[in-house]
Amino acid sequence: MAGTFASAQPIYLQLVDRICHGIVRGEWRPGDKLPSVRDMAVQAGVNPNTVQRVYMELERMGIVETRRGQGTFVTEDGPRLEALREARVRDRIESFVRDMTEMGIAPEDILDGVRRALDRKGSDAMEEA
Amino acid sequence: MRVETVVEFEQVSKRYGLRYALRDVSVRLPSGRIIGLIGANGSGKSTTLKLMAGLIRPTAGRVRVCGAQVTRRVSQRVSYLSDQDALYPFFTAEDLIRFFNRVFSDFDAGRAHAMLEFMRLRPDDRVGELSKGNLGRLKMVLALSRNAPLILMDEPLSGLDPLVRQSILRGLVSFVDLDRQTLLLSTHEVAEVEPLLDTAVLMAEGRVVDVRDIDDLRGREGLTLIDWMANRLGQPVGGPEGIADGR
Repeated sequence: MAGTFASAQPIYLQLVDRICHGIVRGEWRPGDKLPSVRDMAVQAGVNPNTVQRVYMELERMGIVETRRGQGTFVTEDGPRLEALREARVRDRIESFVRDMTEMGIAPEDILDGVRRALDRKGSDAMEEA
Repeated sequence: MRVETVVEFEQVSKRYGLRYALRDVSVRLPSGRIIGLIGANGSGKSTTLKLMAGLIRPTAGRVRVCGAQVTRRVSQRVSYLSDQDALYPFFTAEDLIRFFNRVFSDFDAGRAHAMLEFMRLRPDDRVGELSKGNLGRLKMVLALSRNAPLILMDEPLSGLDPLVRQSILRGLVSFVDLDRQTLLLSTHEVAEVEPLLDTAVLMAEGRVVDVRDIDDLRGREGLTLIDWMANRLGQPVGGPEGIADGR
């Protein structure tokens, strides 16, 4: 989890993003307990106050629940987590499409390029297997 | 986060002979945070910390810690890590823990031993035989083992290699208690320390140029701490009131 915070985005938002990423990837499953504020601060190399703010933000987003005296848990609200996944996928694709469009790439060439990249990845995976 | 004031400077100046180390500084620092004191050599960082620790007296103005005017006795409420090596070389780590435990009523020997282990130091290590890195770690153990409301660290990372710096910073996050303590540290390792800070105090030429929350700098102005320093120090220093809009 430890890493740099090179981007000038607020550190707590970068950490919110990393944790969301971990949840979407299944590193934390629904109902899993997140590390305590102190442990997360040590792991991420940030201030405990920042982690407090991160957990508050995740709670506001409906992604975690804080149970008094027990800690912070990933929500078991399936539809909420599915919405998180979809939003992240949409964000990434939209930003990719925006980049490509800015470079002057036509929609059919974007699609074609994505298809070829996926094919390459597929054949690499076959070779590895 | 509470917004009580832990340190207050009211028009404080400190003069050594003809040279001003600090010039008419007025500032309030909030409690429950990790605060970085940044600025070039000779900008007044060490003087500021020594005034808070009661080690020197202001030439003019008032310094208050936890609401009370600072005297030598403030050392009972302020834990101070010096940038000088002021520990007897023939003392072992255990001797120092016992000594600190006698001198400071808020010293937590249990925490000191836990931190010693965390920092991979041995109780029978002698100060004079420690590497520079381990001496830095030991000073950190002593400073953080006190339940003092204010902890001051003057250049705790200076002259240490990157791995030691990381272990010291990890120790700091693991053991500081921000529900009860405020930690103020001066450093040149700005980028490295930024993720640990709530607030930064920028100093230049004996003045406080600005005090800002890190998330606010990043969120509102899209600046990292280094960007901000470069921006602010590129402008003439005239105290916060002289600067209209930082952008």
